[in-house]
Amino acid sequence: MTKYIGKVWLVGDDIDTDLIIAARYLNDASEENMKKHCLEDVIPNFIDKVQKGDILVAGKNFGCGSSREHAPFAIKAAGISCVVAKSFARIFYRNAINIGLPIVIAPEAVEGISTGDNIEVDVKQGFIYNSTTGQEFETETFPPFIQEIIEAGNLLNYVRNRVKSDG
Amino acid sequence: MGMTISEKILAAHAGVEEVQAGDLINAKVDVVLSNDITGPVAIQEFRKLGVEKVFDKEKVVIIPDHFAPAKDIKSAEQCKVIRDFAREQDLTHYYEVGQMGIEHCLLPEKGIVAPGDLVIGADSHTTTYGALGAFATGVGSTDVAAAMATGEVWLRVPETIKVVLKGKPQNPWVVGKDVILSLIGRIGVDGALYQAMEFAGEGLKYLSMDSRFTIANMAIEAGAKNAIMAFDELTRDYVVGRVHKPYVYYHSDPDAYYVQEIEMDLGSLKPQVAFPHLPSNTRDIDQVGDVAIDQVVIGSCTNGRMEDMRTAAKVLKGRKVHPYIRLIVIPGTQEIYQKCIKEGIVDTVIEAGGVFSTPTCGPCLGGYMGILAKGERAVTTTNRNFVGRMGHPESEVYLASPAIAAASAIKGKICSPENL
Ligand code: SF4
Repeated sequence: MTKYIGKVWLVGDDIDTDLIIAARYLNDASEENMKKHCLEDVIPNFIDKVQKGDILVAGKNFGCGSSREHAPFAIKAAGISCVVAKSFARIFYRNAINIGLPIVIAPEAVEGISTGDNIEVDVKQGFIYNSTTGQEFETETFPPFIQEIIEAGNLLNYVRNRVKSDG
Repeated sequence: MGMTISEKILAAHAGVEEVQAGDLINAKVDVVLSNDITGPVAIQEFRKLGVEKVFDKEKVVIIPDHFAPAKDIKSAEQCKVIRDFAREQDLTHYYEVGQMGIEHCLLPEKGIVAPGDLVIGADSHTTTYGALGAFATGVGSTDVAAAMATGEVWLRVPETIKVVLKGKPQNPWVVGKDVILSLIGRIGVDGALYQAMEFAGEGLKYLSMDSRFTIANMAIEAGAKNAIMAFDELTRDYVVGRVHKPYVYYHSDPDAYYVQEIEMDLGSLKPQVAFPHLPSNTRDIDQVGDVAIDQVVIGSCTNGRMEDMRTAAKVLKGRKVHPYIRLIVIPGTQEIYQKCIKEGIVDTVIEAGGVFSTPTCGPCLGGYMGILAKGERAVTTTNRNFVGRMGHPESEVYLASPAIAAASAIKGKICSPENL
């Protein structure tokens, strides 16, 4: 899938991995536990409010801090379909791609989006349409190699295909 | 065109003559690291690949350090996952409680990382090994799973920022921690996003290996992909007797390309303190004002090395910790712990009224061994002061060097040893 339509949750700059999923919960990596505490220190009771398919929109340097894959995993587990940000911290960026959480870098678009807006994100064509305001923005697209990982679903599928074809 | 150290290491590991910033490469790794938090996830993903054995049992390293010695049943289960896997795969470098230390203190000490190596670790502070002249970067558990199976990782060759250190520290308490905090304060928590940070200049020779590890460790706090320092006499002295494999070391070419050059004067640098809730929120020690605290932690992969322990002891010697303060000192490894016993540092800490713990990450990530209650403040030598990092979301963490942390423990508020 390369197109996501959903309601927006907007968060600020430098949202770190401890805010996405606090280290105190990392002694249990289960989907249930990750989901339950996702973003709880940023948006109180987030998990009770978020709906499947919603889109998370963030300022700059989203996901800075630790390498924990639990962070994109928690966001995915919470039902978020796609994350749009002005920029991503690099390990978060890799992790999201590797686990198959769609992410988009779109500094201009973020300025024109508010919580509650309905937006449409096309990862492949590289645009975001805000149907609440009627604005449309261009976004960056991924280089071909990363596109291949995304098309395989995640890094493991991609590696598995390669391990197999190597015999 | 010439290449930087980072580019040379990446080219060598991708099996090509030359790489340029922006290239996507598949590179062979020398060390694949994970721990008791990221390891279990990596192992679970590794199993899904249907591969029986890791690519090289000498190169896959797993360390139980975050919640170990296990703090509760769930942590014990996570430690058991990595222990069972290490035994099944007969890993050379698995260190059990009793031999383990905080991973980024332990790997250099054991000589597992050599200059010129390519290291990936499912831990963001993997950047630490850049101090040895290795290309070392943090990745996620899935990357580690893939690398444990194939021995390879995909990487985008980063642009390099050159940080030129000038002069010699004049303030007797200035160490690597102050250099890196001051730099992060200047460029921000995303000031080096996706980029390599190369530390150069004549000032480097005044910084000990322990200080250099601290600097490389916190490069990630500016968003950097890796930190790197050229091999010199100090590096050689450090690796002799530790590293037993052959290694190659590199220097940047004079015509190598840098996206940016930053100069830093060590002569005028003062001890730094990073205020909540970002490591970039730094101030000179004399601009801190009156900040009363509740707890002090000296340790972590940033400042849990021998020099840090010695500095703390020097400040604490013959003094008493403020009665309202809890001082927790945690050496990075068993070797450091033993040296602290032999040098009388453990006695000094206990006589001053502090706690001396077995090596663990513990409070650094709000795990255990010193969690903060609502409204409490801590001065710590760790690397992150994010909201809730050391406990309650309404607690506060101030980052500083061991000297400042120890002095603050005595005074009960943030201060320099000069003000004791
Ligand atoms: S000491 Fe802290 S920063 Fe270092 S590896 Fe442990 S938890 Fe991470």
